Amino acid sequence: MQQHTMKRFDEELDALREHVLAMGGLVERAVGNAVRSMLEQNEKLAKKTIKRDRAINALEVQCDEMTRDILVRRQPAAGDLRFIMGIIKLVTDLERMGDLSTGIAKGTLYSLENPPRVFSNLDIMAEKVIRQVNRALDAFSRGDTELAMTVIEKDEGIDVLYKRMYREMLTYMMEDPHSISSSIILSNMAKNLERISDHATNIAEMVIYIEQGHDIRHVDHEAAARILAGEDID
Amino acid sequence: MSKSKISINQLKLWYGESQALHGIDLGIAEKKITSFIGPSGCGKSTLLRCLNRMNDHISSCRIEGNVLMDDIDIYDPSVDVVQLRSHVGMVFQKPNPFPKSIYENVAYAPRIHGIASKGAEMDELVENVLKKASLWNEVKDKLHEPGTALSGGQQQRLCIARTIAVKPEVILMDEPCSALDPIASAKIEELMDELKKEYTIIIVTHSMQQAARVSDFTAFFYMGNLIEFGNTGDIFTKPKQQQTEDYITGRFG
Repeated sequence: MQQHTMKRFDEELDALREHVLAMGGLVERAVGNAVRSMLEQNEKLAKKTIKRDRAINALEVQCDEMTRDILVRRQPAAGDLRFIMGIIKLVTDLERMGDLSTGIAKGTLYSLENPPRVFSNLDIMAEKVIRQVNRALDAFSRGDTELAMTVIEKDEGIDVLYKRMYREMLTYMMEDPHSISSSIILSNMAKNLERISDHATNIAEMVIYIEQGHDIRHVDHEAAARILAGEDID
Repeated sequence: MSKSKISINQLKLWYGESQALHGIDLGIAEKKITSFIGPSGCGKSTLLRCLNRMNDHISSCRIEGNVLMDDIDIYDPSVDVVQLRSHVGMVFQKPNPFPKSIYENVAYAPRIHGIASKGAEMDELVENVLKKASLWNEVKDKLHEPGTALSGGQQQRLCIARTIAVKPEVILMDEPCSALDPIASAKIEELMDELKKEYTIIIVTHSMQQAARVSDFTAFFYMGNLIEFGNTGDIFTKPKQQQTEDYITGRFG
């Protein structure tokens, strides 16, 4: 796209985009480290992950300040306005993803005394969720709406994985009351991963809004695809 | 979209050899505010002036196509231009009250058009019109002082009062706030919002924020062409044309 007549405005938008991507990078790493701390029963890594959440929070505040300044100084319109609105929403999602990763790392600390005998599919689920986060951020960075749609479509598979794991944990708890605490921890971790994927989906929806101006939140996949094809679904 | 008060069809306009409008098609909704935006020289003021035949005064000006107001072609030879302009009033960039009293500024046109005579009837009309123009409270005690002694914003509201005194149906505004401070501009914008209950308003403005604030519909022009027309909300959040996007986001040449 052509540059703004006010070059400073372009610089401000670029700086904001970079901050969001930096925040996204930290979140991606936080999710990965949190899950790894559990699988490796690594106390040090869990604590480091919890501590690093502060950086994610600080970046959220910085992004909010930057969007506020752009709103008041530039009165953005059209694509610029959608970009700013999208970022206002998606930094909240990123920050929540950071908190959910912290939750997983805290679960690791609770599990150290009574480690689970099996981790079930936690590693597979985590891998898929991290890929969701990675795709959502890539879609944002490249303005790739097709990739954003992929994130939205793949979220259902994550939900299925969570439900499967939850049922599995229930059977362990019924079989062996000693496994209750570790099974609850694992089940909560799976729940957190499932919610991280939900937030990645929100980001993907924002990417579509930013790029095309279509709001596809709260509609089913079929309706979303029709909106994107330019049909009226009223 | 509500009913079209004015319908512009394949309107082309030349100043001598140079073509300023290239086949404009546009419907102006009744009792709504439509804004015309675009860079200098895009044809927006030229088009505005076509709507009450102000271009008639320019000898080199030639037009093709038509402009229908309530289904009557305003360029038809049988149309009386003076009559037309009483139906389609105009407010200009620079406030230009007559060098007469505030009262006379309002009373002059109704008297000529025979809308009201002297005395109580005219007093009532002047009061009503000044109230509609949100100026009455500020001038009621000095109606016989010169209109030119008022502040810029008050003068502009006096010009609007003068325009509505002859009971027009359409009000054309050519950059009505560009000579005013933000507070005086806000008063004009508030007044426009009131006036659209009774009148169809078209405003040419260089301030995109003003177009976004006041208008229901926005038309973007570039080099004599209508590039995009739509709901103001849509134009300012998701325009369909790249040129519109570039202009309203400040990316134009």
